[in-house]
Amino acid sequence: MKAAAFAYARATSVGNAIALLVEHGERAKVLSGGQSLMPAMNLRLLAPELLVDIGALDELRGVTVRDGLLSMGALTRHADLQKSPEIAVHAPLLVAAAAHIAHPAIRNRGTIGGSLAHADPASELPACMIALDATIVVYGPDGERRIPSEDFFTGIYETRLSAEELLIAVELPLARVNFAHFFDEFARRRGDFAMVGLAARAIVEGDRLAGFRPVFFGVGDRPMRVSAAAGLLDTVVTPDLLSQALRALDDELDPPEDQQASGEMRRHLAKILFARCVAQLLTRPELNAGWA
Amino acid sequence: MTAVLSISLDVNGERVETRVFPRTNLADFLREQLKLAGTHVGCEHGVCGACTVRVNGEIVRSCLMLAVQADGTSVETIEGLSDSGEISDLQNAFRERNALQCGFCTPAMLMAAQDLLKDEAEPDRARIREHLSGNYCRCTGYQAIVDAVEATARARKGRRP
Amino acid sequence: MSESFTKPQALSELDRPNSYIGKSVPRPNLDRLMQGRGLYVSDMELPRMVHVVFVRSPHAHARIMAIDSSAAKRMPGVVAVVTGRELSVVVTPWVGVLSHLKGLKSAPQHAIAIDRVCWQGEAVAAVLAESRAAAEDAAETVVVEYAELEAVTDMRTALDSATPVIHSSLGDNLAFERVLDAGEVDAAFAASDAIAQAEFVFGRHTGVTLEPRAVVADWNAAEARLTIYQGTQAPHMVQNIAALHLNLDESQVRVVCKDVGGSFGIKVHIYADEMATYALAKMLRRPVKFVADRIESFNTDIHARDHRCKGRIAVKRDGTITAFEIDDLTGIGPYSMYPRTSAIEANQVVNLVGGPYAAKNYRARARVVFQNKNVMCQYRAVGHPIACSVTEGLVDLAAAKIGMDPVEIRRRNLIADDAYPCASPSGLRFELLSHHASLNKLLAMMDYEGLRAEQARLRRNNIHRGIGIASFIEVTNPSAAFYGVGGAKISSQDGVAVRLDAQGAVVCQTSITEQGQGSESLTAQIVGSVLGVSMERVRVILGDTDQTPYGGGTWASRGAGIGGEAALQAAKILRKNILDVAAAILQSSPAELDIANNTIVNISDGTPRIELRELARIVYFRPDTLPPGLQPELMATRHFVPRQYPFAFTNGVQASWLEVDTDTGFVKLLRHWVVEDCGTIINPQLVDEQIRGGVVQGLGAALFEKCIYDERGQLTNANMADYLVPMPCEMPDIDIGHVVSPTAESELGAKGAGEAGTAGAAAAVANAVNDALKPFGAIITEIPLTPQLILTALRRI
Repeated sequence: MKAAAFAYARATSVGNAIALLVEHGERAKVLSGGQSLMPAMNLRLLAPELLVDIGALDELRGVTVRDGLLSMGALTRHADLQKSPEIAVHAPLLVAAAAHIAHPAIRNRGTIGGSLAHADPASELPACMIALDATIVVYGPDGERRIPSEDFFTGIYETRLSAEELLIAVELPLARVNFAHFFDEFARRRGDFAMVGLAARAIVEGDRLAGFRPVFFGVGDRPMRVSAAAGLLDTVVTPDLLSQALRALDDELDPPEDQQASGEMRRHLAKILFARCVAQLLTRPELNAGWA
Repeated sequence: MTAVLSISLDVNGERVETRVFPRTNLADFLREQLKLAGTHVGCEHGVCGACTVRVNGEIVRSCLMLAVQADGTSVETIEGLSDSGEISDLQNAFRERNALQCGFCTPAMLMAAQDLLKDEAEPDRARIREHLSGNYCRCTGYQAIVDAVEATARARKGRRP
Repeated sequence: MSESFTKPQALSELDRPNSYIGKSVPRPNLDRLMQGRGLYVSDMELPRMVHVVFVRSPHAHARIMAIDSSAAKRMPGVVAVVTGRELSVVVTPWVGVLSHLKGLKSAPQHAIAIDRVCWQGEAVAAVLAESRAAAEDAAETVVVEYAELEAVTDMRTALDSATPVIHSSLGDNLAFERVLDAGEVDAAFAASDAIAQAEFVFGRHTGVTLEPRAVVADWNAAEARLTIYQGTQAPHMVQNIAALHLNLDESQVRVVCKDVGGSFGIKVHIYADEMATYALAKMLRRPVKFVADRIESFNTDIHARDHRCKGRIAVKRDGTITAFEIDDLTGIGPYSMYPRTSAIEANQVVNLVGGPYAAKNYRARARVVFQNKNVMCQYRAVGHPIACSVTEGLVDLAAAKIGMDPVEIRRRNLIADDAYPCASPSGLRFELLSHHASLNKLLAMMDYEGLRAEQARLRRNNIHRGIGIASFIEVTNPSAAFYGVGGAKISSQDGVAVRLDAQGAVVCQTSITEQGQGSESLTAQIVGSVLGVSMERVRVILGDTDQTPYGGGTWASRGAGIGGEAALQAAKILRKNILDVAAAILQSSPAELDIANNTIVNISDGTPRIELRELARIVYFRPDTLPPGLQPELMATRHFVPRQYPFAFTNGVQASWLEVDTDTGFVKLLRHWVVEDCGTIINPQLVDEQIRGGVVQGLGAALFEKCIYDERGQLTNANMADYLVPMPCEMPDIDIGHVVSPTAESELGAKGAGEAGTAGAAAAVANAVNDALKPFGAIITEIPLTPQLILTALRRI
């Protein structure tokens, strides 16, 4: 199918982009990488009257380390996540996750700003940002806002970004020496949307988890940071303790059913990912065997 | 404002200055306005990979890019890569191994394979399959394609298969 | 046994000096495909061409109350908006029945629906505009008022009295029923030592050709001639049908097919929207282009394989299988497809179940019922995947019942390699097959014992791998028994015209067609071999009803066996004619001469005598120098049709080696093997690649593919993200071996190979999964084998 007709404006600055969004409101859509927007428009699921192309805004590109934070411009592409030396040091979770995002040609265009603003519950980056305790930086007619990633995602394709705002950057705390990460997802084929996935950042001190931020995706209308992890902190994780945590996870999750998987299936896979995650973070493969 | 916009870009090394409607995607622009029909359209939702071209040296899905977004860029299609000889060894390998049947996925497959070979000298078979993971082929079942890419990599490295 | 030739002449044709037969030469003319310079219909443009977009029903079953196209007609770039009723003046409806399928009934189908739509996606109006985008814009403004009707969407209840009858004129929703009762089935079951049974459920599939269906129809009013550019597999069939329904003579219709971006049977049928496109061209007197987009393709390309088949097998303790019984049900669309009918697939299932085995007792019932879903018809391997999955699944169940190894039970029951010719209980006549030789070769290739040992070892570590075996037979080279006897104007013969041109090169016109399998190459290889001419000098013309002999085209794996034989015979005649002229020029005799390397040579010692280029110059430009009375003929045409056997059966066996993750339900395909016997192999690489491609389609069926309809008849996964086709990372490498049992029906001895891979791959995978899950006592007889299905069978969820 061919997209319905629309007007096109290439933003010359962030301010210019905001002015256009203010003027056109819900009738305008921001064009970033286009890898989610264009399929929807080609299928005529979306027919905005105006596309505001932010692709020329070089100020939204770049990965920098400053003031104790890693700052990634909204136009940072998934392919950039895989190649950036700074991200390799401070957010290896993103490097691991990026390999699962679609395919190389899509990663060359898709941006982190676009992915986060699109907020597909089955996508990788929203969960990763919460796991990394990221802050989403947005800019609007009233200036800049910083929104904790935990609060940013509010539903299927819904975020705290208003129609007049632009997501301009994502900030993460710098990595500390005992940071560890885990990423895995279940998808029918490489690059497909995940049935369920888990992104986690942990602080590992000796044989214990001093900090643990496991965030599931594909289990609901938004990424879900689970509290079932709480019982595993600052203690030796026994198989019993893990089983308890898995039972708590069972209660906490209420995943949806769709063509790919039933709620039960998603719940089951989520528990498998959780056990794998804990076992890998603590380098104790035996924790992952025969628990179910 | 839905009226045509002027764009200026390089296509296969030739300067193109023309006008396009905003909604015209890069694939349709190449095929219908420039008559470079080697870039194929298979789904228009970015899944099949048949529309793969290079923009500023990187492979992209031309059905998910607007022609206006290509303003100021350098676009290379299968015709350009063929005429320059850049992939003649890869094309020979495809021919020898019959790594194409109907040929519809082939331009994109060649683009994706060349993208891998430019960056990696010795991809193993799993790595080849991974880099081509977004390119659908219904005819070959993929094995011959992997064989041809593997053989090309080896030959480029100076070793004989 | 199978490698011996019975005709010495056959040996000489296939074994000539510098013969290409049996050689893996690269296909000629691949450059244009690899350089992006292919000639696909979807690329075509003609002057004054308009694009057609169809307004399609969102409902599975509804009455069309009103169509308001006034707004659409005023949209920019719109040339016309045409309804079904308006179009019916130009194109007549059709009924997809054939007389040899007794009792098959179907209702008339129009190019564009009139009064009622019967599946979600059926066209109700055509919008023609200067661009596809403009036509889509206008199509959005066409207002159609529907009165929804109850949709028939469950094949299991299609024949219940409470279920609405889709076509009241037909009386019920039963399109076709076939029953077969051979031998003494009840006695066999009564006397058996064990009985196994299961219901086998198959996902509905579609072909997903990467180039969608595309047509450019060009009516030249001044010449009163219609040229149809279309990627069809059967151009003469399209010519015949287009003429018939547009009230034209066949000579007024030309069908041209150049490069085709994949077909697999999808593009061998007559589609309503394509007939509408031809009619619109005639109506508007300008070229009309239709390219189905991907969503349309999912909703309107033929579907296939939507079956529920109950199967039973009777077996003795010593492993002897004594009977097969099936009750197959398939839900097609609201119309039987035209002209090949939607009953052939079920008919094939009945024909083929039990085929490789010696058991003589067989009972079958197959029922084909109408549904308010997309139409269904022949797709690669037609019916074979169902028959093979049911047969091979039952054989494994029988083996399990009596505690016998799956290979051992096959050894005891496959038809002996020296039992030919013979016939199956369903009446299939086998000329010469090689089930045992193929099985032995397969077991050696895969190191069966080694894999069993590895399986046992890994099981102790809770890693679950499985081996699945599937034997199969394959219909190829069909005679008129397939369609012609039923009244279809589908030719079962093919022809090749070959000539030596004025420069000593060869031009070949063949009625078979090319969709990437190598029809052009096999023709050039045969002609080059027989004529002693190098392949670079052989140009093949195909896919044009104005430029080729009349023939059937390429489908049902008939191109090599039938078209190849015609090429061989035509080239033989031309060689004789050339040698007659050469003898006259050289004052020798034809018996003393031969052609090799583009040159007339002495047959005794190969001494070159005169180049073909020179001979051609003399014939075409200096006939004054030839002996008086000599009228050289440097062109020959031969047709070929199989006469002895209704089908040339091939056989093969496949094996799958895979791992099932019993925690997640995911299946990893580790490796796949095929041993195939398709008679004489013209180009081993092309045959192997056909098999590989076919296998992967079967692997897709086994694990991924399914058209998911809801109870309202809505196809809910009509896009490439939700209908899962096999992609590179999930597919294994496939090893292939051959046994060669040529057919004596032709000098070439070639049977077909295009569909063998698809016939048995899903069966092998299903058997492998069940083999892997044996320790858990789980048996699954449904595909696709999704992780959810597997975990449910394992009671993990």
